[in-house]
Amino acid sequence: MSPTPTPTPTPADTRPPLAVVGSQISQDEELFGRAFDKWVVRRFMAYLVPYKKRIALGVVFVLLFTMTQLSIPLIVRWAIDGALAEGSRDVDLLHRVGGLFFAVVVANYLANHFMETLVGRTAQNLLFDLRRAMYAHLQFVSLSFMDKTEAGRLMSRLQGDVYALQEFLESSIFAIGDLVLLFGIVIVMLSLDARLGGLSLSVVLLLFLVRVIWLPMARKAFMAAREASSTTNAALAENVHGVRAIQELSREDVNFQLFDEKASENLRAHLRASKFTNVMIPIVDTLTGSAMAIVIVLGGAMVLDDDLDIGIMVAFLFYVQRFFDPIRSLTIQYSIMQRAMAAGQRIFEVTDVEIDVKDAPDAADPAEIDGAIEFRDVTFGYEPGNPILRDITFAVAPGETVALVGPTGSGKTSTTALVHRFYDVWKGEVLVGGRDVRQMTQNSLGRHIAMVLQEPFLFSATIEDNIRYAKSDASREQIIDAAKAVGAHDFIMRLDRGYGTQLDQRGSNLSLGQRQLISFARALVADASILVLDEATASVDSYTELEIQRALARLLQGRTAMVIAHRLATIRGADRIIVLNEGRIVEQGSHDELMKLGGLYARLYRMNYASFDDIPEDEIRGAVEADNGGAT
Amino acid sequence: MSRQTKSTSRIDSEVDATYGIDVSKVDTAVLARITAMAFRHKARMAIAIVATLSAGGFQLFVPQFLGQAVDLARGLLAGAAEGSSGRAAAEEALATTALLLLASAVARGLFTMMQNYQGEAVGQLIGYRLRLEYYRKLQSLSFSWHDRVHTGDLMTRGILDIEGVRLWVDTGILRSILLTVLIGGGATILMQNDTTLALVALGFVPIVGVRASFARLKLRDTWIALQDQMSLLTKVMEENLGGIRVVRAFAAQAHEMVRYDGVANEALEIASRRVRLFVHSTTQMTFVYFLAMGATLWVGGEKVIDGEITLGQLTEALAFMLILQMPVRQIGWMINSIARASTCGGRLFNVLDLEPSIGDTPDARPLEVTEGVVRFEAVDFRYPTWAKNDRTLAEIEIEARPGKMVGIVGPPGSGKTTIAQLLGRYYDVSGGRITIDGQDIRNVTLESLRNTVSIVQQEPFLFTSSIDHNVAYGDPWAGRSSIERSSQAAQLHAYIKALPGAYDTLVGERGVSLSGGQRQRLSIARAILPDAKVLVFDDSTAAVDAATEKRIRDALRDFVSDRAVIVIAHRLTSLMHADEIIFVEAGRIVERGSHDELMTAGGRYRQLYELQSRETGDEQ
Repeated sequence: MSPTPTPTPTPADTRPPLAVVGSQISQDEELFGRAFDKWVVRRFMAYLVPYKKRIALGVVFVLLFTMTQLSIPLIVRWAIDGALAEGSRDVDLLHRVGGLFFAVVVANYLANHFMETLVGRTAQNLLFDLRRAMYAHLQFVSLSFMDKTEAGRLMSRLQGDVYALQEFLESSIFAIGDLVLLFGIVIVMLSLDARLGGLSLSVVLLLFLVRVIWLPMARKAFMAAREASSTTNAALAENVHGVRAIQELSREDVNFQLFDEKASENLRAHLRASKFTNVMIPIVDTLTGSAMAIVIVLGGAMVLDDDLDIGIMVAFLFYVQRFFDPIRSLTIQYSIMQRAMAAGQRIFEVTDVEIDVKDAPDAADPAEIDGAIEFRDVTFGYEPGNPILRDITFAVAPGETVALVGPTGSGKTSTTALVHRFYDVWKGEVLVGGRDVRQMTQNSLGRHIAMVLQEPFLFSATIEDNIRYAKSDASREQIIDAAKAVGAHDFIMRLDRGYGTQLDQRGSNLSLGQRQLISFARALVADASILVLDEATASVDSYTELEIQRALARLLQGRTAMVIAHRLATIRGADRIIVLNEGRIVEQGSHDELMKLGGLYARLYRMNYASFDDIPEDEIRGAVEADNGGAT
Repeated sequence: MSRQTKSTSRIDSEVDATYGIDVSKVDTAVLARITAMAFRHKARMAIAIVATLSAGGFQLFVPQFLGQAVDLARGLLAGAAEGSSGRAAAEEALATTALLLLASAVARGLFTMMQNYQGEAVGQLIGYRLRLEYYRKLQSLSFSWHDRVHTGDLMTRGILDIEGVRLWVDTGILRSILLTVLIGGGATILMQNDTTLALVALGFVPIVGVRASFARLKLRDTWIALQDQMSLLTKVMEENLGGIRVVRAFAAQAHEMVRYDGVANEALEIASRRVRLFVHSTTQMTFVYFLAMGATLWVGGEKVIDGEITLGQLTEALAFMLILQMPVRQIGWMINSIARASTCGGRLFNVLDLEPSIGDTPDARPLEVTEGVVRFEAVDFRYPTWAKNDRTLAEIEIEARPGKMVGIVGPPGSGKTTIAQLLGRYYDVSGGRITIDGQDIRNVTLESLRNTVSIVQQEPFLFTSSIDHNVAYGDPWAGRSSIERSSQAAQLHAYIKALPGAYDTLVGERGVSLSGGQRQRLSIARAILPDAKVLVFDDSTAAVDAATEKRIRDALRDFVSDRAVIVIAHRLTSLMHADEIIFVEAGRIVERGSHDELMTAGGRYRQLYELQSRETGDEQ
């Protein structure tokens, strides 16, 4: 335990760790917009239309409210000059003025109340409208957009950006009032006494000068603070989502250090931004003081010269005192506005994403279809110039089960996606029940085609609701029957609350196999004539595997089925196998036929992997090349 | 068939503590706690408070100077007969008053700046501290807790709730002090001039006070309700976006919109109620304030006429009230932020106060690995709040030695994974003990234990970062050569090399997406990189094909010669070469021995073996 005189340097001393917290790439989104962005404002206006009347009424109340506020110093002036000045003391007039004052106060209260209620509630409605518009739009935008965009980023638009707008809208009530008040004060002051008004307002010019210097510097500081916040939050998000890996690999301390660096940077950036905000306070106060001093010295002299009523001087002092309050709050408003504009831009970006797949105006909604599927010369891809499927032609008869087989990237998933018209083809046509899918409503496609996805996604609702998902009017019996048919009933009943068991986020309190069975039951309840199934690749334990195979057989019964098959058992059970490679059909037929043919399928099959997906790339390449060589 | 061990009836008491916010209790205790946190920054708070008092004091001078100016201008008007010397003196006096007023305005501005800056600084420091604490706490809470809590909710707490708490210092503490100074000081000054007038002017204060405290309580309730509803909305949206393919597959958009609208409309309803409450209280407060102002003008005017006070004194009273207009308007915001701080604080502290169910004992020492022998000695286990008594572990005896491999197999729900979790101490045993080189794992530090035991999980998490960062996640100081070596062993190196950026390629949410098998291989590379003496594979090759798995196994041979290996799998080919295979059923070991021994014994293992070979091998 004796300390060594020269400690060997730990790796930590020699170089920094290969570690970051939070996302490595900087946020490519603009965090700060211009304070006023015409495009955003114009788009935003469209959302105001339903509230036209309320807003107009609100504006009336804002004006009324401002007028009552403006009139108070005038009433005071009237009282002083009319009733209280030397030589003209008039108790009756004072009482009348007092009465007027109370009337104005009541009007002020009513205007204030209605203004705030109207604007506040409209603001809330608007926010919910915006969020809903975004959310509803996302329900229909093309899946390739959804594939490309992280759910987390969309969430931050649905929440963070809407929140930024909320802040803006709520404070904008005051901002509008403040602005009107500002103009009102200027007008009243100038009309009471142009000279004194002009002189005392001249200090405002100084304020503009100061702001011209201040703004670019402050903007930079505000931007840095926003950026620091967003990277800190990204690091926190990683900690929340990756907590298991972090604990397992004992990365707590390293990550904590790194997070501390980010959080400290965030602290520094905010303190710096705060300095910029607060440095304006003494400046504004000094200017207020100066304006008052001008009124006292010059106004006082004018009063002495009998050039000015004492009441006007008092009114001036009151106005000057109120004058800078709006300026102060408008300064704060500026950064809120910038944030709101950037947020608005991001929100409208989402609502502007084009919807590629739309129902044709005369789209059919057949009550029944026979379940036939046909691809005619279909060419399709996600990016222009890079087709995934080329001239695919095949037909599936009603009741037939077809297995799609082929190496990764051969176009299996794209083929199934086209049946449901998740995307539109480039060339050719896809027919379901004898109709071009573009001539059918998407709703009817959803009703006639049941899909089981590779990843069995469940919602955090009860098991019953999850099974009922595809058909909200399914009875309890139907649900139990479906669960029994796919062999899920037993384990469901063993759960605490049976079918009423609440699932955790994404059904994480069930095993993968169980989730799969429930997704089968869900598809069974949908009772569609066509089933499109993407078999899960991750293997589950042998016991569940058996159950799944059994359930699958039940699910396929009496239905047209297109199965992206990974397991040999499923493939062999299909009526027909279509082998895809690089977007083309290379061969099709039953298992036996294909084996006899001795093509790609036979080659892959003989490699004896449990699943086609498992075959290493090089072996597939070898098989494809051998196949091509054999064909030519 | 059921996997109850991972399922619903395990209710963590920790979770209840997170979600059950006791509305009646949190309020004052929470605010007191935040305040105490603020006062930990003694110097800054001292400056902030002194600055607040000074700012308030200087602001109180302003009305006095205004009143004085009015009297000077007017009083000398009356005595204008005195001639030009009097006129000069009056102008001089006005100039002096103006200068004093300017000086106090400047001083007020400077002190307000200090007040705001220091207030915000303390708030930011508290935010910083809470952020770190929160981060730390999330790292230390158990897996089962994280299973139960919604990630979106945790993010809300970490972002918005910290924000709500942070604002308390500025909008809560310092503003209350300022308001007290203004009202208290103003009252004192006005009293000196005229008691009745002072009472009239300040008559609104108690009414506003009562109104505000009522509003505060009601607002807090709506805040809590709104917060809950919004987190429900988050959940709905998050799930919808995550499961968008399911939504599309069943053309369930309409259904989803109904679900969304149900939650959103409720939230809107609460939000509107909040606006209503808020507007009611603020406008009424402003109303009462203006009434008091009118009364001041009226009563004061009569007193001026009666000669009891001067016009300047009336101006002073009115100017003073004018100063209060902004603060009165802000009272509404203040109570709003108090309500917010106490709810947000309550939610935040609920998490921060959780006691992690697993932690270091006070006298925990680092694990000293001499040989690397793992022993389960008569281990019993029951989940903490596991209602039924079955399906836990009973009398588990395992010994894993360096260079040897133990395989664990059994039906789902038999407790296989629990064994791995016990070894990594994600739960504590209820009976017996687990030792590594004779040291009970409960008596050593968690960090040293988890550095010694490396568990390879079935569903690894990829960090949005480059591949080498991801492989080296457990040992960020690892060199390039060891990163490549472990990737090679995990049969991932060739794939990585073929990527455009090789090891610098970005993976994770925004990067290249890896297949299930590739993820598992990455997780293997990640786990074998640090020099952990005990390796546990928990079903970690389920998505890797058999041939690749064999290559991984061969490549790992070098790595494991001095490490103990435990393989948990349902695919028998993964573990049939183990030195010892343990068959677990319903929490008990029912068979153990080598593959050959178990095949000869003809028990459960053999049955499973036959089941599996029929599945894939009957063609030949």
